[in-house]
Order: sequence, then C-alpha cells, then structure tokens
Amino acid sequence: MNTFLLLFLVIPLLGFILNILTPKRKENLISQIAYSTAGLQLLSTMILCTFWVVAGFPNLNIKEFVIYSADGYEFFIDLYFDKITAVYLFVGSLLTFLVTTYSKYYLHREKGYKRFFVTVLFFFLGYNITIFSGNFETLFIGWEILGISSFLLIAFYRERYLPVKNAIKVYSLYRIADLSMILVMWMSHHLWHHNIIFAELNNATVVQSTQQGHLSISIIVALLISVAAAIKSAQFPFSSWLPRAMEGPTPSSAIFYSSLAVHIGAFLLLRTFPFWENLIIVRVIIITMGVISTIIATMTARVQPTVKSQIAYSSIAQIGIIFIEITLGFENLALIHFATNAFLRTYQLLVSPSVVTYLIREQFYNIQLKTIKTDNILIRKIKYSIYILSLKEWNMDSLMFRYLWNPLKILGRKSKFISHKSLVFVFLPIFLVFSYFMYHKPMLPSIVLDYLPTILSFVSLLLVFRSFSERKNTFLSWSLLLFSHFWISMSVSFNEDFNADLNIIYLSGVVVSGIWGYLCLWRLKGFEKIFDLNRFYGYSYEHPKLALLFFIACLGIAGFPITSTFLGEDLLYSHIHEDQFFLALFVSMNFIITGLSGMRIFSRIFLGPHSKTYHEIALRSS
Amino acid sequence: MTTDIDIEISEVIHKLKHYLPSQSPLKDFVHHNTLHAFQNQKFEHGIRNASKIFGFKVSFNVDEYRELYHKGKIQKSIIERVLTDIKGKEVVDDWLFKLIYQDYDSSISKRVGLLRSSWKTTYSLDLDTIVHSNLFRILNSYLDQGVGISKFPNTTDSFLDAIRDLDSISMVSFFKTKRTKSLLNDRNNTLTDLLKIVVGDERFYEQYLFDQQFAHPGWSGLVGVIEENPHTLLDQRKITLHDFIYLECLFEIDNLDNSIGEGKWLPIASLNESAPKNIIVDYPLTELDEVLNLWQEAYEWTYYDEVLAAIMLQNHDDNYKETSTPSFQAFFCIDDRECSIRRYIETTDKKCKTYGTPGHFGIDSFYQPENGKYYTKVCPGPINPQFLIREVATQRKQKKDIHYSKYTHRLFLGWLITQSLGFWSAIKLMLNIFRPSLSPASSSSFRHMNKYSLLTVENRSSKHVIDGLQIGYTIPEMTDRVEQVLKSTGCTQNFAPLIYIIGHGASSANNTHYAGYDCGACSGRPGSVNARAFSYMANHNVVREQLSKRGINIPAETEFLGGLHDTTRDEFVFFDEELLSPSNARLNRINKLMFAKCLDMNAKERSRRFMSIKTTGSSRRIHESVKSRSVSLFEPRPELNHATNTLCVIGKNLNKNLFLDRRAFLNSYDYQFDPEGKFLAGILNAAAPVCGGINLEYFFSRVDNEKLGAGSKLPHNVMGLIGVANGFEGDLRPGLPIQMVEVHDPIRLLMIVEHFPEVVLTIIKSSSALYEWFDNNWVKLVIKHPKKKEIYVFKEGDFSKYYPMNHKIESVSDLSHFIESTDENLPVLQLN
Repeated sequence: MNTFLLLFLVIPLLGFILNILTPKRKENLISQIAYSTAGLQLLSTMILCTFWVVAGFPNLNIKEFVIYSADGYEFFIDLYFDKITAVYLFVGSLLTFLVTTYSKYYLHREKGYKRFFVTVLFFFLGYNITIFSGNFETLFIGWEILGISSFLLIAFYRERYLPVKNAIKVYSLYRIADLSMILVMWMSHHLWHHNIIFAELNNATVVQSTQQGHLSISIIVALLISVAAAIKSAQFPFSSWLPRAMEGPTPSSAIFYSSLAVHIGAFLLLRTFPFWENLIIVRVIIITMGVISTIIATMTARVQPTVKSQIAYSSIAQIGIIFIEITLGFENLALIHFATNAFLRTYQLLVSPSVVTYLIREQFYNIQLKTIKTDNILIRKIKYSIYILSLKEWNMDSLMFRYLWNPLKILGRKSKFISHKSLVFVFLPIFLVFSYFMYHKPMLPSIVLDYLPTILSFVSLLLVFRSFSERKNTFLSWSLLLFSHFWISMSVSFNEDFNADLNIIYLSGVVVSGIWGYLCLWRLKGFEKIFDLNRFYGYSYEHPKLALLFFIACLGIAGFPITSTFLGEDLLYSHIHEDQFFLALFVSMNFIITGLSGMRIFSRIFLGPHSKTYHEIALRSS
Repeated sequence: MTTDIDIEISEVIHKLKHYLPSQSPLKDFVHHNTLHAFQNQKFEHGIRNASKIFGFKVSFNVDEYRELYHKGKIQKSIIERVLTDIKGKEVVDDWLFKLIYQDYDSSISKRVGLLRSSWKTTYSLDLDTIVHSNLFRILNSYLDQGVGISKFPNTTDSFLDAIRDLDSISMVSFFKTKRTKSLLNDRNNTLTDLLKIVVGDERFYEQYLFDQQFAHPGWSGLVGVIEENPHTLLDQRKITLHDFIYLECLFEIDNLDNSIGEGKWLPIASLNESAPKNIIVDYPLTELDEVLNLWQEAYEWTYYDEVLAAIMLQNHDDNYKETSTPSFQAFFCIDDRECSIRRYIETTDKKCKTYGTPGHFGIDSFYQPENGKYYTKVCPGPINPQFLIREVATQRKQKKDIHYSKYTHRLFLGWLITQSLGFWSAIKLMLNIFRPSLSPASSSSFRHMNKYSLLTVENRSSKHVIDGLQIGYTIPEMTDRVEQVLKSTGCTQNFAPLIYIIGHGASSANNTHYAGYDCGACSGRPGSVNARAFSYMANHNVVREQLSKRGINIPAETEFLGGLHDTTRDEFVFFDEELLSPSNARLNRINKLMFAKCLDMNAKERSRRFMSIKTTGSSRRIHESVKSRSVSLFEPRPELNHATNTLCVIGKNLNKNLFLDRRAFLNSYDYQFDPEGKFLAGILNAAAPVCGGINLEYFFSRVDNEKLGAGSKLPHNVMGLIGVANGFEGDLRPGLPIQMVEVHDPIRLLMIVEHFPEVVLTIIKSSSALYEWFDNNWVKLVIKHPKKKEIYVFKEGDFSKYYPMNHKIESVSDLSHFIESTDENLPVLQLN
C-alpha cells in the first residue's frame, strides 16, 4: 500500500504535463485531461481508502527519495497518509473533478481556456503534495506551488488592473506565510537535530522530551506555524485577502478560495497538532484567534452587499470554528466540518449568479419594508459603529497596508542610494574584497567574523529592498535580485567553513534563472522600446510566450522548487546556527522579498492593461 | 444661497447624466443604444466623437476589417461601389489601396482623464485605487436590495444625509481625517466648496467632474438612472448623482490629506499647466476615420445587398388578395428569435398564416401576480401605463432553496447548517453537473404567470382603481387595442377558426442578465400575460360587436388562444384551452402535435451555434439537449438571444420564402389597408427605438466589449442585486457580456418597409425623434415599392433607387444540410 501513495502525486503531475503539451485550440482535449486527472485521482482515492479501511486505518509513511545527503544533513521527500490526508484527498479530488467538469462548458471560448486548466492542475498537484507530505520540506514544495498557482488564478484576467493588483496583494501575504514556514523549518532542524517527519510527531514521549529542553523555541515554532495557518486560512487579522481573491472565473474562486486553498491552514494545524497540543499558551492563542476571526468575519459577512464577498467571509467564520475544534482536540469534528464547509461554499459560489433571480423574486413576493425604529442614541451608536467597522472589514485591509506594505516602501526608499553606479563602484568591489577574505578568514578579527554573516545578509536584504522599490530600471531591479543571492551565499560561507557544494547547489539555479531572465528582458527590449516598473504594461497580450519564459525565470530566482536553489536554500539553513536568529530572519526575508520583487517585475511588464490601445481594454476600475 | 457657479455645476451634472451609461438595475434590463448621447449626430460622426472623447472602440479596427475582407465577408465589388458612391470614381484605386494596404496607427487615446492624471504625476498618488473601493462599497451597501443581511442602518434619508447620520453618531468614521469629517457635517458646504478645495480654478470644474465620473461610469450611470427613476428599485432610495459626487470629492480630500497632509497639496488646477479643456467637442475627420467608415459601409452593404437582392428576386404578386381562409393563424412577437419558428410552422402547414407584431400585443398595463407586493410593467419602456392586470385564484407556492438562505452566513446556525448541509451541497452539485434540472433559482418564463390562474382583464366598475391605476380595461378600451393590432398587421378578414396569440419569454439558470432574455416589448418580462389578455379581449362578444362597427368582422366560431413560447427551451404553453369550442379544441390538439415537430426543428436550427450539442442527427434528441442546457448552472449561453440581429422587415410576404437565419425582426404590415401610413407610423415609432436599440447595444458591446460591454460574465459578482462587477471592488459593468455578443456581427439595423416612398418619407419626417434614427444613419432604411420590383434607399433626406450587385440567390429545398454544415452565419437562401 505504501508505494501506492506515490501514485497520488504521479497522477496530477502527469495530467499537468500532458495538459501543458496539448495545443491551445484543442479545447475538448484540454478539459478532458483535466477532469480525467481529477476523476482518476478520485477513483484511486476510493480504492486506496477501501484497502486502508480494511487494513484498520493504519498511518502510512514512506520515505521516498533522498535527494541530497551530506554529513548530518539529509534532504528527502517523505509521504504520509492518515485520516487527515484521507479526508482532504477525498474532498479535494471530488471537488476538483466536479469543478473541472463544470468548467469544461462554463469556460468555453474563454480566452485562456488552456491556461485555466493548466493552472488548475498545477494547483491540484500542489494540493496533493501538501496533503501527502510527510515532512516540512515536502510540505513546503506543495505550499509554494499552491502560492504560485493561486497568484495565477487570481490574475487569470491578466489584462485587467484589479485582478493583477489583487493577485500581487494575496501573493505578498502568502509570502509572509512562506516566511513563517521557512523559519519553522530552520528552527525544527535545530530542535530535532534532524529532518523531522510528521510520523514522529505522533510519538508523544519523543515530542515531550524534545520540547522540555527547548520550551521557548517550541512555542515560537508553534506560533510561526499558526501564523502560516492563519494567513492561508484567512483568519484574523489576515482575512481581507480572501474576498479580494475572487477575481478569477467563478468556478476557480469556488473551488480554491472558498474551499480547498483556504482550508490548507486548517490542514497545517491538524497535521502539526501533536507538536503543540501540550503547549497551552499556543492553544489559547489559536482559540482566541479562532474566536475573534469567527466573530469579526460573521459581522463582516452580514454587511457585505456583494454575493461573493459574503460567502468568503462566511467561510472564514466557519474556518475560525474549525480552528477552535482542532485546538480543542476534536479532530473528527473538524474534518467533517472542513468537508461540509468546502462543499457548501463551493456550491454557493457556483450558483451565486442565481441569487439575483432568487432573491428578487423573494423580495417581490415577501418583502417587508422595515419601519424606522427610533432606537435610543446609545444603541444606535453601537449599531452604527459596528456597521461601519464591518463595512470597513475591521480595518484589516488597511492594517495590512500600514504594517506590511508601508515598511517595505519606506525601507525601499531608504535604500535609494543604491544605483547602477554604486552597484558597480561600491558594492561590487566590496563584494570582491570579502570574497578574498572568504578564503582567508583568519586575517579577520574574530569579533568581525562573528557579526559578519549577519551584516552581509543585511546588505543582501538592502539590495532586494532596492530592487523591490525600483520604479524605472527593470534591468537594475533584476540584477539586484541576482546579486543579492551572492551576498547571501557569502554571508553563510563566512558562518562556517566554506562549502563549495553548498554554493554550487545554491547559486547554480539562481545564476541560470538570472541569465534566463536577462535574456527574456533583452528580447522584449527588441520588440518594445518602452517599459519600466512605474506602471503596468500588459505585454503578455502580444508576447504571451515570452511572458511565460520570464515567469519561469522569476520562479527560478525566487528559489521555487524548479532549480537546485530550492535544495540549496534548505541546505543553507542547516548552516545557520541556532542562536543566529537575525541571520535566519534576514536570509528568509531576502527570499520572501526576492519572490515578491520578481513577481512585481513580471506583473508590471507583462500583466495589467495593455499599454497599446488598438484593441479593447477595460477601464482601470473594472 | 445659490451662486452662478452652483448653477453651472448642476448643469455639468445634468450633462454628465446624459453621457453616462443609462442601464437600469438588472431586473429591469432593457436594451438601448449604448451611445444614445451621440444620436443627435450622424452615426459616423457621433461614434468618432465618442471614441475620441471617452476612448471607446466604436468599430472594428483596420486589421479586423482586413481579416473579414480576406475571409470573403466583405466583397470587393461592394467596396468599389461604396468608394465610387462616397469618394468618386477617379479615386477608387487610391482609396482601395488605403483600405487594404496602408499602415495606420489604430491606438485610441481619450480626452477624458487627462486632468486628473496630475495627482499621480505630481504626488505619485493613485487616488482612484484608494478612493474607489470604499466609495463603491458604501454606495453599494446603501443601494443594496437584499444581498446584505444587515441592511444599511439608515435608508430613509437621502444618501448624503444617511452618511452624515451614520458618521456623526458612530464611534468610527468613514473618513480618516478631521477636516473631511467636519466638511461632511457642515450642511452649508456645497459641492462648489469641495471643488474649490480639490480643483481650485472653477474653469476646470467640468473637466474634473467628467474625468472623475468617467473613471467609474458604471456606478455613476446607475446612480443617474435611479435618480431619474426611483421606482426601478423595489426597495427605494433617495440618491442623486450630485450626492454621489459630493461623497467622492470628500473621499478625495480625505485621502489627499491623509497621504500628503492637509495644506501640503495644491488643488489640481494649480498642478496643471495646460488650459482647461471642453470635454464634449467635435473632432475633425482623419483619414483613418474615413477608412474605418468606408470599411464599415462596405461590410454592411455586403450583407444588405444579399438581402435586398433576394427580396427583389422574389415573385410578388402585386394584386394578391387573400380569398381563402387559412387553417389557423398565429401572432408572434416581432422578435428575431421568432423568425425561424414562424418559418417552420408556415412550411409545415402551408395553409396557415403567421403574423409578427410587438409582443405586448397592444396591452399597455402593469401586472401584479398574486401575492406580489409590486406591479410589474408589461409594455414597452417609454409607455406610462394607466392600467393594472392582476393575477387571481392561484395557489402559488414558492420553492425555497436553503443555499441562498441568509442563515448559512450566521455564526452558530451557520455552523449547524454547514455541518449538515455540506454533503447535500456536494450531491446537488453532482446532480446539477450530470443531470441538470429546474431549480428554484432558475429563471423560467412559465413562472411569470400561473397557467391556471385568472386575470382581471376586464374592468367591472369605474371604482376599481388602485394607486391611480384602473384595474382592467373597459369595452371601448379593449376594442381599441384589438383593433390596433389587427389593423396594423393587416389581419382584418378571412379569419381562421383558431387564432393563436403567442408571447415569448426565456429560461435560464445562473444568469444575472435574465431580464434581457425576455420580451423587450414587455419591458424585459415574458409576454404570457399580454397574450392571454389580448385573447380575452378579442374573444369578448361585446368587443366583437364594437369591432364589427369599425369594419372588422370576426366570425362567431373564431377563437383566440393565448400562449407563450419559451425561446430558450423551445416549448409552447397555451392558456385557457378549456374554453375552446369542441371543434377548435380538436384543431388545437392537432396543431399542438405539429408545433412540437416545428419546435424540434427550431431547436435543431439553433443548436448549430452551441458547442456542447452536435447538430447532426434527430431533432428530437437535439431538442432535449437544448432543454437541459436551459437549466444547467454551468451554461453561460442558455440561448444566444438577439445575437446576429440585423434586419427589420415591415411588410407583407416580403420574406415569405426566404431563409434569413434568425437575423430579422418581422413586423407584419399590409400597405393596402393603410394607404396614408397611419399604422405604419405607429409601427416605425415603436420599431426604430426598440429594434434599433437592441441592434446598437449588440453593436457596441461587440466592438468594445470591455468599455461598452460587460466583459466576460465568468468572473462577475452580483452587487446588491442591481448590477454586476468583476471581483469584489470593481466598477459596475453595464452593457452585454461577451458570451451574449461574441457571434454577433456589428452591422447596423436595416429596416425594410413595404410602401410607397413618398408615404414613408412623410411619416418619418413627421416625428423628429423618429427621423433622427434614419437621418443620422443609426438605423438604415429601405423601401420595397409595393407595385414595382424596385427598392429605394433612404439617403440624405430622400429615397433613391437601389440596384443590387447580387443577381442570384441560392435556392434550397432541404435546409437541414445547410444547418448542419456550419456554425457561422448562413447566406440568404431561397426556400422551395
């Protein structure tokens, strides 16, 4: 039965690849591949579950491939299957099957038909990797795929401004979740002294003995996990992204943002529950978060004048309750609740256009126009305040803007001193000097050596901030991303003995992607004279292939699991010591912002309203 | 105190309303000319100005025309003739080169929006992005008709007063800065005061307001419509465009103060170096404009010529007089969707006769279904009805569906419902994907009126008046209406024993634009009430006595029977069949079998445009798939509505044996009974705005689906039950979604009237509103001379003779081969 598990990753992967290879104009074949993939997955799920039930619900674990191993370090893909996976697998396959079948007709003649199904299968692949993952590394691969495919689905109508703007907004929040996950992985390396697999978490004695010595780290890890979960499940204070994600075709919003994607946070909590079940403080915090989310989301849902945002907030409220159920240890209840909430919201969203017919008819026959009640002033004060607050989504969106975007902008502005010139005449020479010292470390005083890695990583962070805030020069912004990776690699090399393997694994992926990206930009320069980062240019209208190629480069430079850099990143963390929190933080932030900045460059140049107006272009406000 | 500037601003707002889209809320969706504001100019001229002022794409671009040309959809001979006519013989070759080869820059730039871009260039502030989402949300909540569970706390006051009430009492404000709060609460502040802060120089006010409102024409347009016609909302609101602009200016000040700091930013007039611009100006003709106009003419005439040639080639018996009594007669709406079903009925029973007349059948009233809390207008939009028809004696039960229930959004109840309902949702979803069926949420034309109910068509007492509406019609009133319909269609003798009056409606699931699918002449409602009421009147003994005094003698055995054609499902339903005489009941039974066959064939003909259905094979099977399509949640195109409409034929037998591919509005009319054109005037006055409106809305939604249409309907989100927008925070999207118009060819409506040119000329010149349509070329008009084999085209105020380029028309005996062959438009065919 164990090897059978691999099938559940192979099916979506094959479907995804097949769909990429199918020519664009073969509408039927494209959708057939998509729903057959999901259908086959569903069928296999049923077979697997039958055997699994007969075998008495065992927890399955397979250590599939060791991708890299060095002394004391192993990077491997691990798969795990238990009740939680079973439920998520069943709901996921069923909904994907139904919705792909639905979309076969619904998306007929839509520009981007193939892109839609390819992205859906990509999402489905990420979803399956995530739910089958047996360790954080595997989970993170799936997690990253989910993030990227979400970005693509939200920005499906890439020629309009709002979908692109919101896709970036959601993606940047997702990156914060990624940041938490990276730190979780780094800390657990040190907590367990090896690459922990989820199966081990079920061993209560091991978990407890480990936590005993490292209570504060354990709590931090658990809190980071809950932050990641809260973001993915749109819990307080991160709720405002969910209604904004409803920009794609209704079926994709239905399946992903009201059901599957948004329950991944709950999955993470379910999966790691044994790890934090004894940490009372963590449980209290999660319950509090769940309660606040539920109440606020319910109040916000009540005032929503649009159908989709109403469903989104109702879903958030239910997920808040799911969080509470998980934390209280009602695993089964939480799983049933997940399944039903996913089904209900998917259906509600799919039929959301019908609401006009239904409610107008109901209004026509059953309306009761309220008479004005002269409440006393205090009641009105409270009523009005709650109403306005709920209408403003309890300021959650502006909160995100103020505390996440503004600091980025300010730091970016502060790093304005970095220019092409200073890059060549200041940063490059410094880099070369330090490279020299890298081979001659003893020449530096030990106090310098102690702080150097952190400082260097901070420099790298400055470089990506600069890249992120650049408005004019695309090439500068891109080269800063590439360059910053070298600083990271140097900073870690100063941390321990220089490790050629690490640097090669880490940098090779980035360098290839960097050059690839350069080539794409040069090619575009050949077609289009003008582009910068100050507005959206929408060049994917004329150069869709180039857009795709550049997108891949962006994934590569962000350390997405398509190049060796992904492995390199993980490896790199094993070289950051337990006590070097700032180093870990700076490096992680660098990764996060590199990903964001890459996506930003991609979006500004290739997405949004086309700068050429010879064809139909939507207004910016639509 | 009102100052000159205040007056000027209110004039600007008035002007704005004129140019903003004027689409009603979803439930009252009626087609109209999208660019109605430019209708006082020549078509070519008006659309050019619209394009350059507002940035709309108003025709295909040069490349698109060239592609049509290479595909053979624009004929070279026609281009040459158009060039000869317009440009002169000598320069035909020069222009031909320009049309086909010359490079042009087709970019469209717009006049509106220039001034306001200064916020971004000077302060790097994207004001719209910050302001819009809040502004739309507040407006939407105020107007919301029932999506939100908590209603806007104050809907009795006007918009601005309600905001004031909320903001002053609440502990949290809509605004971020103090200054804005006090500006809001000081009622002495006029819009002029706010504009002084934001714009500064009053010479820029008009430009600024146009820039500002045309950044979100959807919401602004709707506010304008509701201001003019508050009854369009069931749950009424007091809102004006002025109030909306006022709030928007407040939000702008709020965000400028918040981002830059109070006193640290300058009014926009000071940031701008160029002089103020008039927004509405006349643009000179460029060569590219001319090229586009010529292409459009050639494109249209390529099709028109085919039609006109076919009509010329028909054998018209000039002195044809009806002598024999038809087997039965049937009246349908002039709607283009009824074109093919009439053809099938007439070819199946060669002795029957069908007529087309606007689908409200002369009934000008409101309708109130039993238990309905409101009145629904069931006649053309411009009519202001004085009558009310009520539905009584029905036991209607509304089916409910908990999925739309608000309880699912509650906290604990929601939890319980979620836990239990979730699995049911999965099952329902599966059922709907694999076995679609009618659900409470679908919109079905048959629900408009219960088949077994009674209607109060006749007025029993002059005291029966509700809300100023007379319940039912008196005898003279009924007689007038019956006479009008019969005389205008030329059906005044040789009455068959059974006469069907068939309205139409549509069914669809998951469709926000359902109202646009029903009968336009019934204000976007199905025509069942009208058909049934008309039959009642025409069957009324006293009415018949009166009619005979007016020259219409209906034999006693003749009976009228009301019915409804569901154009999506291709089904007929008849009302009051039990009242038929035994012989007519028998005739009706036989006819119904025949209709069933015709409906099958009609469904098959329609199916050639549907991807999910294979057009080859048994028409019965195809009909079943067409039916299931109408209730499928996943089907964004339950039917194609008016797509491809291009013709309006007003006459008798003009199109008798022609296959017009469901592209024509058909209005029966007999010039012989109307020598002075009295009835023709009525027909033209109704048909030009209705059919012209439909045609032009399709035209513009097709050529610029993003700015003049609603874009793809797939991401649409329902806003407050009044409109659709993309996603969560976008502007409303008026116009038609791409799914409705993608197969439409943007060709102006060609009206073909059978009468004498001089009569028609007098008629159209008698009404300036009517004359504008033709004189300004928004609708094209041609005349078929009743006595001669001649066709005249209306051009520059007069009729001139037309000589078709086509001299032959393909004739077919078996249509099905053609129907199965392609999903594209078919040529005009002669049926044998």
